[in-house]
Amino acid sequence: MAADPGAGTYLYAVAAEETAGREDALPRGGAGRESPLPRGVAGGEVRAIGRAGLVAYVSTVPLDQFGEEPLRRSMEDLDWLEETARAHHRVVEAVARETAVVPVRLVTVYSGDAQVGALLEERYDDFARALARVAGRQEWGVKVYAAPGEEPDEPEERRGRPAEAAARERIAGEEAPEAGARERAAGEEAPEPGKTPERPGTAYLKRRQRQIRGREEAWRRAGARAEDIHGALSSIAVASRRHRAQDPQLSGRPESMVLNGAYLVDRERGEEFARTVERLRGQGGDVQLTGPWAPYSFAVLDDEDGGPRGGDLR
Amino acid sequence: MEPARTGIGRQASPSSSGGREPTNLGDILERVLDRGVIIAGDIRVNLLDIELLTIKLRLIIASVDTAREMGIDWWEHDPWLSGKDRGLEEENRRLRDRVAELEEGGYPRSRHDDREIEEGRSGRRAVEGETEGRSGRRVVEGRVEEGRPRRRTAEGESEGRSRRRAVRGEVEREEDDRGR
Repeated sequence: MAADPGAGTYLYAVAAEETAGREDALPRGGAGRESPLPRGVAGGEVRAIGRAGLVAYVSTVPLDQFGEEPLRRSMEDLDWLEETARAHHRVVEAVARETAVVPVRLVTVYSGDAQVGALLEERYDDFARALARVAGRQEWGVKVYAAPGEEPDEPEERRGRPAEAAARERIAGEEAPEAGARERAAGEEAPEPGKTPERPGTAYLKRRQRQIRGREEAWRRAGARAEDIHGALSSIAVASRRHRAQDPQLSGRPESMVLNGAYLVDRERGEEFARTVERLRGQGGDVQLTGPWAPYSFAVLDDEDGGPRGGDLR
Repeated sequence: MEPARTGIGRQASPSSSGGREPTNLGDILERVLDRGVIIAGDIRVNLLDIELLTIKLRLIIASVDTAREMGIDWWEHDPWLSGKDRGLEEENRRLRDRVAELEEGGYPRSRHDDREIEEGRSGRRAVEGETEGRSGRRVVEGRVEEGRPRRRTAEGESEGRSRRRAVRGEVEREEDDRGR
């Protein structure tokens, strides 16, 4: 394709040609044939560039939106960002439904198709390895929230740091199975019988102390529950990651998230995984299952520094 | 944290059903911005280098470790984000001096100068051109401000605001210069 100076080639994902090689699954963007893939970012038609046994899914984007400087502005525009992110995601998911896929980070743009072809050749080994890891597998997301009353006492302070890290710190102590009972008791104000009433200030401080202690135990309990759930799910998954707990603004939920896990699960064990999540509900706190996703959390090229990112690989 | 209430989570469904929730924007953003392979494209856009609106978005989404791995930790020094006022006064004074110098100074104000001011110490994005954002929102400082007035007022950061106002003044004038 002749390089248009005003246009770039936007890369969504890379798949293997063997599995994507079917005529209907490999849209070339030719006229007259309906592409099985949804429209891409900026409404562009998604096409495939095959090279070296790999297929890159791309679309042409105007550089007045996707050039270096315009992107700096565009990315500030949440409406634009949302639309672009959703379009990117739609394409990735559509490809993932057909074949093993390695999703590429948002707004990865090349000056032309030739450069994408060169990328496939140069990085063949890396892509092939990454594809082998995710082939036949799907990513599931599981989020666990603290139950009401399990929130840490100073949410403002903790906001912005991973709740699960905080939870882990607190897990260091011993288990407190009776914490629930104590926590409930902590709210009570009745003075213990047979004692002279304390001065109001002292009583308040003691009550406050009990409250805080109760909350800390409850928070620790929520963290322990998250660990249990993560452990149970990881045993079904071939790989798992704990991502940073989502901020309430991102999750849209007021409760603290104590687990934001991603699990790479063999396709045939997907139902088992979902059933396990179902079983793990009802221990307090909400457990949310999302997916199956394209393997966003497990698509890693070997030379990415630090290797697996964003969480511990177990 | 009012200012970054951008409605990211707005499509999260109530999960009382306990079932799978429909894909919400937050989950998508988290994945497409912070996961998936990073390959250097020809268009060099560091997702962790986008300013203004997405600063907070990024802090919410991108793991701090990821950012640190990439050597980006400037928010820890950015008073607006860290809540620390240290250095802000000094920066403010420096910028005011610079603005005054440019306004009165003998040499013509060039785009480069604007940029220097605009970028300040925290690498704030230079205002280039007048690209219309979608929905007609012009993504230059002055207009962006209109769209999200809460952001700064909620921070209650008078020093920072006056500094930005000074900068904005320049920007608006620049637009006027160009015969808007």
